[in-house]
Amino acid sequence: VTATEEAPVAELGRARLRKEDERLITGQTNWTDNIRLPGMLHVAFLRSPFAHARIRSVDVSAARNEPGVIAAYAGADFADEQGSLPCAWPVTPDIIIPDHPPMATEEVRYVGEAVACVVARDRYAAADALNAIEIDYDPLPPVLDIREAIKDGSPKVHEAGNQSFDFLFQQGDLDSAFTDAPVIMERTYRQQRLIPAAMEPRAVVASDVGGEFTLWSATQIPHVLRVMLALVTGIGEQNLRVIAPDVGGGFGSKLQVTAEEVLALLITRKLGRPVKWTESRSEGNMTVHHGRDQWQYIKVAADNDGRIRGLDVDLLADMGAYLMLVTPGVPLLGAFMFPGIYKMDGYSFRCRGVFTTKMPTDAYRGAGRPEATFAIERIMDELADQLGLDPFEVRERNWIKHEEFPFTTIAGLTYDSGNYEAATAKAKELFGYDELRAEQERRRASGDPVQLGIGVSTFTEMCGLAPSRVLGSLAYGAGGWEHASIRMLPTGKVEVVTGASAHGQGHETAWSQIVADRLGVPFEDIRVLHGDTQVSPKGMDTYGSRSLAVGGMALVSACGKVIDKAKPIAAGMLEVSADDLEWTPGRFTVKGDPDKGVSIAEIALATFAAHALPDGVEPNIDADATYDPENFSFPHGTHLCATEIDTETGFVKIRSYVAVDDVGKVVNPLIVEGQVHGGLAQGIAQALYEEAVYDDDGNLVTTTLADYLVPAASDLPSYVTGRTESPADTALGAKGVGEAGTIASTPAVVNSIVDALRPFGIHDITMPCTPERVWRAIQDARGGEQASAAEQHEARQSDQTQGNSPAGIGDIDQSGSAS
Amino acid sequence: MIPGKFDYVRPDTVDDAVRALADAGDEAKIIAGGQSLLPLLRLRLAYPEVLVDVGAIDELRGVWDSGDALVIGARTTHYQLVHDPLIAEHAGLLAQATSTVADPAVRHRGTLGGALAHADPAGDLPAVILALDGTLIARGPGGEREIAASDFFVDYLTSSLEPDEILTAIRIPKLGAGWGYRYEKFHRTAQSWATVAVAALVRRDNGSVAEARIGLTNMGTVPVRATAAEQAVRGVAASRAALNEAAAQADEGTQPPGDLHGAPDYRRHLARVLTGRALAAAAGV
Repeated sequence: VTATEEAPVAELGRARLRKEDERLITGQTNWTDNIRLPGMLHVAFLRSPFAHARIRSVDVSAARNEPGVIAAYAGADFADEQGSLPCAWPVTPDIIIPDHPPMATEEVRYVGEAVACVVARDRYAAADALNAIEIDYDPLPPVLDIREAIKDGSPKVHEAGNQSFDFLFQQGDLDSAFTDAPVIMERTYRQQRLIPAAMEPRAVVASDVGGEFTLWSATQIPHVLRVMLALVTGIGEQNLRVIAPDVGGGFGSKLQVTAEEVLALLITRKLGRPVKWTESRSEGNMTVHHGRDQWQYIKVAADNDGRIRGLDVDLLADMGAYLMLVTPGVPLLGAFMFPGIYKMDGYSFRCRGVFTTKMPTDAYRGAGRPEATFAIERIMDELADQLGLDPFEVRERNWIKHEEFPFTTIAGLTYDSGNYEAATAKAKELFGYDELRAEQERRRASGDPVQLGIGVSTFTEMCGLAPSRVLGSLAYGAGGWEHASIRMLPTGKVEVVTGASAHGQGHETAWSQIVADRLGVPFEDIRVLHGDTQVSPKGMDTYGSRSLAVGGMALVSACGKVIDKAKPIAAGMLEVSADDLEWTPGRFTVKGDPDKGVSIAEIALATFAAHALPDGVEPNIDADATYDPENFSFPHGTHLCATEIDTETGFVKIRSYVAVDDVGKVVNPLIVEGQVHGGLAQGIAQALYEEAVYDDDGNLVTTTLADYLVPAASDLPSYVTGRTESPADTALGAKGVGEAGTIASTPAVVNSIVDALRPFGIHDITMPCTPERVWRAIQDARGGEQASAAEQHEARQSDQTQGNSPAGIGDIDQSGSAS
Repeated sequence: MIPGKFDYVRPDTVDDAVRALADAGDEAKIIAGGQSLLPLLRLRLAYPEVLVDVGAIDELRGVWDSGDALVIGARTTHYQLVHDPLIAEHAGLLAQATSTVADPAVRHRGTLGGALAHADPAGDLPAVILALDGTLIARGPGGEREIAASDFFVDYLTSSLEPDEILTAIRIPKLGAGWGYRYEKFHRTAQSWATVAVAALVRRDNGSVAEARIGLTNMGTVPVRATAAEQAVRGVAASRAALNEAAAQADEGTQPPGDLHGAPDYRRHLARVLTGRALAAAAGV
């Protein structure tokens, strides 16, 4: 038994280093691609070079004769058993969900769709033999632009039509808002298509030992995957074990049931030998589901003082070629989030899901919420500009005041807690808002070639997905609960099993802290197990910033059950009545006699021996708990971004970035800080760098990281972070933090760029705001006539570009890690 | 990385390497640091039958003072160039430009000779060697020959090296007193290729520009000199206004590519702006 520390530091809120990092960052762990099984074969897929074509014939016979090749298959070889990849979210009763064979048999609908495969002794032989496969295609017209695809006469992606669904949600009095209001604004925003680009590529290993199947996959969702694969392949669920070993990032892209996972199982079943497939980066860029891709038509009605009367949202969402696991549900999460933190009288949300001959879209960090937040936060800035108000003024006039919580929004959600005033005040202070506005004025007045912009984003999000009843009402195919087990080992150590399957988030550390706090056992004595359906049989996995808010609560509940079970045993050991005991973490003591007590470790040992337990008490203090949240959680925050725009080249440099987030109670501030940093990078990437580009034939152009620009640390500023704390209305008080940075930062950056360029008459830049787009916007605004202010100014040789970059020291005073 | 199949040899001497190349006919590729070739192999855009690894040939590595010039072994890594005192003293432009190549990992593996022989007009170093009036020294079965930088870059990813020749060294005239330099690189992220970059050398004589040499990165299928701007800047006052006026001719005669990072007209504009900035920095104004 480990001795208790003399002056124990509270576990919750402690900035502990992550216990999983040693094995993760020293290369000691086994990623899926490291797994080698005896006799294992390697699969390579041949993929469609056409965005849209009929398959006339596939001949794999020559490939079978290539060196090292064991088998080669076309789609027809799987036709009887491959089923259709599942879509678990039929958002409307009349939604069109097309058949989605894992390997195409008759028609291909995006570049990269699997049409054949080779199974060989090594990866090289498999890749070489793909050249020997002959396929005859009849090209069909590609369908690439959703705005065209919904028109009559467009070529069809699927026979049933290009529109998958038309979803409408309306609340309040929208008509009078748009009839009476003196200010009506209309904007169109483009959410470009993004590629998730997790650091670890997808990889699958499948084995079949006498009809007992094991699938290792770099997945976020081993539990959901097991259910879905059982349904698709007909393999009995009891005979299918799914293992997600350590997984190197997902961002939603590994919240999927993929063609390769299904086919790996089918191939191992055919051959009776284990098989492995690992994608290359280029293959991944083409065939990992993409994110975003919407056209957003937004109308807002407001009074002259800036008060919003009504909001009308009309979305076109690009589904890509098929509906995958939650494809149609992603844009619909926006239905809840377009109103953001604001009050209004009327709201309408319409979303049409449209098919194209491109890679399907699905969840990507934020999933529907970044898109909504971007649009509302952009149009709030436009409204401020139109009315001559400071961007904060117009927000303040509309946001829910802290004394109004809990507040039911026009979209029907009940926000349990929040304090937008506090977060905003803190952010403005950390940012030096007034000083930067003054500098902006100076640069404008002097015609500085480098202009300064200031961008605001006051956001909220719905996390902790999700109350199962709500998911049911939205026609989602599963619940939103999470599971936890605690196993008390005879030596006093603890195994914690969670159904929340981590893929980089640091669950093992945070979960250990919660158990250490609740059960009073040392942090080091706790081991967290996850990601294997045989070890962790129940779970709903990790996505939607849900793990701590939902899985953490399951763990809290399980801890309570352990204590409850331990109590009668402690009473027996101490020979007192259970009513005379009191619990302090780690120990039951006799009331009034604190020296007389028994530790949880001693109780665990007593149940192992079980020699002298009270009558009728089972020799076991382990506990399971399943927690179903009653509500979503609503993290929020205020982000501020200052950009310097080189008006001669269009280059945008982020000069400073302040993120004040309210994620409720914090278990580990270091992990929160890491999530915020990574999230900001991804949101900034959408604003400035990333876009999945298809050419006119439907070929993906951005197949490598030389063309799809994922920013690195060298491209990003030193963030200034701060926190405010409005606890969620749960025992843990945690709201979730995985997506906050991504959701908040994209509009903050674009608002900043537009703010810098307003004197040119510029009101929007399409994302990503590349230097060329910024430069062209300035050129167009000038009408190509006179020399720019910048050009006139050049001879005056200014030095403002070297500016005073603030030291990006995180304001983490509440975290306990500042010293 | 899953490249196509190839044979691999690792000779100890240049002569052995030349023999290996000759034996392979047109089907060999030299690999040094591999930072340009490996991506092509990975994407199966290159299918060499033989890779001749020059990584064991130590005579190809180093920087030597040969009087009026520096001689740089072709296998000298970017990292070594950035930290070499002779380069810093006599060819600072090369060190400055090399420090912007990709990222530290690439700079530890990548070599000057490899970067030049790859002849990528978007690479940083071809335009720099062009501006420095470098000479490339190659060895083949018939012995050694010298190729002026201006004759070396023939087309996109194509140099004037014969299939059986190895680039062994690069000779760069030392910059004398009065020369200033600047590599002005414009790229969207720190690790991405230059959208456009300008390598400028300026020799000042009192208050005016006596001479300037300007190399342009990614403004055509080969690195090019901005000859019109070079002529225009000769003799003008070393002032921002005069330098910018000359820089307005920087894109003359170029045929810049168009891609995701910039259409040709944007690249022309960038070449003009960046040339003005590079000249000003090189002239110290």
